[in-house]
Amino acid sequence: MSEPNANVSETPADTAPRRMTLNMGPQHPSTHGVLRMMLELEGETITKAGCDIGYLHTGIEKEFEAKLYQQGVTLTDRIDYLCPLINNLCYCLAVEKLLDLEIPPAAQWMRVMLGELTRINSHLVWLGTHSMDLGAMSVFLYCFREREEILKIFEMFSGQRMMTSYFRIGGLALEPPRGWQQAVGKFIDAFPSHVDEYEELLTKNPIWMRRTKGVGRAALDDLIAHGVTGPMLRAAGLNWDIRKSEPYSSYEKFDFDVPTRTEGDVYARYQVRVEELRQSARIVKQALDGMPAGPWEADAPHVVLPDREKMKTQMEALIYHFKIVTEGFRVPAGDVYQVVESPRGEMGYYVVSDGTARPYRVFIHGPSFGNLQGLPKMVEGRLVADAIAALGSTDFVLGDVDR
Amino acid sequence: MSENAVAAEIPGAVLGSSVHRGQTSLEIAPAQIVEVCRFLKDQQQFTRLSGVTAVDWYPTEPRFEIVYLLHALEPNQRLRLKCRVPSDRAEIDSVTGVWPGANWYEREVFDLFGVVFLNHPDLRRIMMPEGWDGHPLRKDYPVTGPKYDYTQE
Repeated sequence: MSEPNANVSETPADTAPRRMTLNMGPQHPSTHGVLRMMLELEGETITKAGCDIGYLHTGIEKEFEAKLYQQGVTLTDRIDYLCPLINNLCYCLAVEKLLDLEIPPAAQWMRVMLGELTRINSHLVWLGTHSMDLGAMSVFLYCFREREEILKIFEMFSGQRMMTSYFRIGGLALEPPRGWQQAVGKFIDAFPSHVDEYEELLTKNPIWMRRTKGVGRAALDDLIAHGVTGPMLRAAGLNWDIRKSEPYSSYEKFDFDVPTRTEGDVYARYQVRVEELRQSARIVKQALDGMPAGPWEADAPHVVLPDREKMKTQMEALIYHFKIVTEGFRVPAGDVYQVVESPRGEMGYYVVSDGTARPYRVFIHGPSFGNLQGLPKMVEGRLVADAIAALGSTDFVLGDVDR
Repeated sequence: MSENAVAAEIPGAVLGSSVHRGQTSLEIAPAQIVEVCRFLKDQQQFTRLSGVTAVDWYPTEPRFEIVYLLHALEPNQRLRLKCRVPSDRAEIDSVTGVWPGANWYEREVFDLFGVVFLNHPDLRRIMMPEGWDGHPLRKDYPVTGPKYDYTQE
């Protein structure tokens, strides 16, 4: 499978391979959304590959400019819809940096815990769909079994399964629900054994190995130059994780490893992401055991809505509530670029404020955008059947690409 | 640090610099952007281009601010470059020769802001459909469209 030109060499000389252009998508099962890949083929070898994106462009960046800062949080869920909470977090961190807000430790830890559950959720969807693309049907069922449990936890916290909007500028949207420790604890204690199950199905599976080893390889420098980030680089040998290199939301207080591989193929990316599942579980466990006590929201009455009880008894609280709800809060002029480690790589929000209550400009750097840009490097000169494996291994989400 | 190095290496390129919330931005003369980027990549370890975007300061002139988000992996360091280009000559040299990954980001800025990147290998719209009229992220582009009149059906 991985041998380039393997098919070409078998072709008899009189029927030399003809060039053809193959359109994959916009509607294709392996594109998980609407992505069009244009492949130029010579026989079964890809000579040139290109992506046509923009089918899911919804103008979210423009919409930000018409909304108050706090309202923008709900838009961030819809960008990378497999890791909504990490999008929430990145946007909130950017605006909080502009406001120079101090977030209490309990909220920071809760953000880390839910962020890591989101990472597990996203990696599970990736593992399930990627293995299904390559023909391993049953893995999908196991992955979605655990994902369901995570979505139930999200629902418990925020009332929503997917579009949670649970992190808000200044802290969390709601107080954590009663019994969350038991729910998260039950899930996270059982989870490592579930990862063993996935690995039993795939890691030593000869079909899986033939389908993924040596496939989709590209030089590390090429990947970096094309804007690829995250697990793709870690699978090619670069030890770079933003949670370690630029810690945010008290990630520096957690003990976890950054898995790396040197092969840089689809199999290595699989290994890195499976190991990240285990590491995320470790972080969730630490957050659960060491969750600090204290408030869930910053002490910033001009940003955070007042307590309901206070609002009924205190004049200032009522005034603040009225002001925040009707006209939002003003953010000092300036710009900030905040990056976080999303399940797919470096996610960045560049927020520009002109001193009013609405963002002047929000630029969203989605990791899938860069990862997809590097795809031609991974598939050119390879067999067309391997394009599916390489495409799946980039773990792209089209909401994140097109925004 | 990088600011002084750039100013020493390429005289006249740095028009100003600012630090906001611990993040450094350099204002660069648009004509010298490729030179500055090449220097920063080759000699200051900024091997990654995290993104390219623009801000429309309509109606101020020069109107478009092109923002380059640079990142050095070792040692970990981030830097922003900003170039202001006027609306009557909204064009700037492409940095795809320095970082091939700038390709899609520059296409996006071209598509949504209408800033032309000279010497770009493949400058087409990327988000909006081909043949679309206007550039949606410009500030004078309306957020809402004309109301559809159902009584005229």
